[in-house]
Amino acid sequence: METVAVKKKPLSRRLKKGAPAYALAAPYFILFFTFTVLPVAASIVLSFTDFNMMEMPDFVGWKNYMRLLLNDDIFMIAVKNTFVFAVITGPLSYMMCLLFAWIINEFKGKLRALLTLVFYAPSISGNAFLVWSLILSGDRYGYLNGMLIKLGFLYEPVVWMKEEKYVLFFLIIVQLWLSLGTGFLTFIAGLQTVDRTLYEAGAIDGVKNRWQELWYITIPSMRPQLMFGAVMQITQSFAVADISIQLAGNPSVNYAGATVVTHLMDFGSQRYEMGYASAIATILFLTMIGTNRLVQKILRKVGG
Amino acid sequence: MAATKRVKKRKAKQLNRSVAGNTVLFVIMAFCAVFMALPLVMIVNNSLKPLDEILRYPPKILVENPSLDNFSDLFVLMKTSWVPFSRFILNTFIITGLGTTGHVILASAAAYALAKLEFPGKNVLFQMVVLSLMFSAAVTAIPNYMIVSWLGINDTYAAVILPALASSLGLYLMKQFIEQIPDSLIESCRLDGAGEFRIFWTLIMPNVKPAWLTLAIFQFQALWGNTGSTFIRSEQLKPLQYALGQIVQGGVSRAGAGAAVQFIIAAIPILFFIISQSNIIETMTTSGMKD
Repeated sequence: METVAVKKKPLSRRLKKGAPAYALAAPYFILFFTFTVLPVAASIVLSFTDFNMMEMPDFVGWKNYMRLLLNDDIFMIAVKNTFVFAVITGPLSYMMCLLFAWIINEFKGKLRALLTLVFYAPSISGNAFLVWSLILSGDRYGYLNGMLIKLGFLYEPVVWMKEEKYVLFFLIIVQLWLSLGTGFLTFIAGLQTVDRTLYEAGAIDGVKNRWQELWYITIPSMRPQLMFGAVMQITQSFAVADISIQLAGNPSVNYAGATVVTHLMDFGSQRYEMGYASAIATILFLTMIGTNRLVQKILRKVGG
Repeated sequence: MAATKRVKKRKAKQLNRSVAGNTVLFVIMAFCAVFMALPLVMIVNNSLKPLDEILRYPPKILVENPSLDNFSDLFVLMKTSWVPFSRFILNTFIITGLGTTGHVILASAAAYALAKLEFPGKNVLFQMVVLSLMFSAAVTAIPNYMIVSWLGINDTYAAVILPALASSLGLYLMKQFIEQIPDSLIESCRLDGAGEFRIFWTLIMPNVKPAWLTLAIFQFQALWGNTGSTFIRSEQLKPLQYALGQIVQGGVSRAGAGAAVQFIIAAIPILFFIISQSNIIETMTTSGMKD
């Protein structure tokens, strides 16, 4: 009601009245524009140019995009890998976040805090994922090889991260291990906010088991958190690069671990083809935003 | 009141729960907990293994003769570094300290304006922040590098700190949290003649302590993991994370010290989280998206 009234005042009055608000918001937003908005705009503009950081950018129209889509076989592998990656780790990590948060919610006190910590810790422990290179190490000293040889499943150690057929699989495992982050915490918190009397009312109305309870009561009650969590998990699942570079190398064997972001980094920080790299960045940007928007739309309809 | 509430809770808990269901779910959970914890357990154990155990075949996960040799080796290595290690620690202290404090203050001020004040352009600004949650830093990495160069802050602390100050997750979480502060409280302050800055600093900030602790922890985690290698070239300005990374890459002869480094890198953010867990969870309850 109040906002309607405010909007009827002339713009100059509202601008003047907003002065303290602008002053409060300005320091943050100046930096936000400089380091987030401007770079996105720059990426889009540069994607239509040839630019090597030394000379002025040359406008080339859709050339970079044509080359990406028609002439860059590695980009196609990277897109395929990223897609497989996102389609598997995105939904799976999202379900894991919800499932584990939901089970943890059955516990109380210290045990609950401990379980939260166990699942959340990998995502915050810096480059702790490097320990996976010990597990997946290609010689006999690797934990996985050592174990499988001891159990008689293997005679020779397998160089896991140098065999095309295993690379993506293990990267997915490591990514899932790392993926119970902000979204997971949001669900832990969201589950606490569900009104308990709803469960009692639900039981009277014929909710018979925990799955019905989850679907008809819990999920609809925490939809705002579910939507926020989805944004966190989706963005993360498209951005995979670090673990691929560290565990599989860049370039990885036959590009089995190449993702859109590793491809972007290859052109951006190795070959200095900034226009081309910007086109990759722009495609990535549009894909991430598009997927997020789509999933938000779907989530609004989910659950009773 | 409290007692009846507790009884009610326990009753609600038992609704719709079967023993079979509990068992199945808890077994799945226990299995996954082991999977999640195992690599971290390995990090802890490796840091305590003497060199002969690190290089043993077949490898064992648990340490047999735990010792702190790796940490003392690391300490010796630190002393031989030509840039004193205290300098790396100081750099990390400055970067995380300024980056975290600055972020909490700037993001909270902007969040207060977005949550409680009326001004033209407010919705557009917030929509942009929400949109920026939907793509990752890789998208902006290249232009960011150019912008940092244009601003002439390449190879300074500012190149790492300034972009971090405006991280969008912090603003988003803070805005959602401030929204639940009752308007009447702010209005009564205004009637007492307090300006918006006073209200922000003396009313809002003390009331959102869980949120600023959350922002601080998230920001710390991000900055702690930053090696600064994109922007900082001078050895004496690099953060601890970089120096520690160099030791890990030292190969077999430094495997022991490297294991100690891995432990330290992982342990510090986890420790901070343990201390602040309840505050973070409280903040995240308000993180939901309301369209």
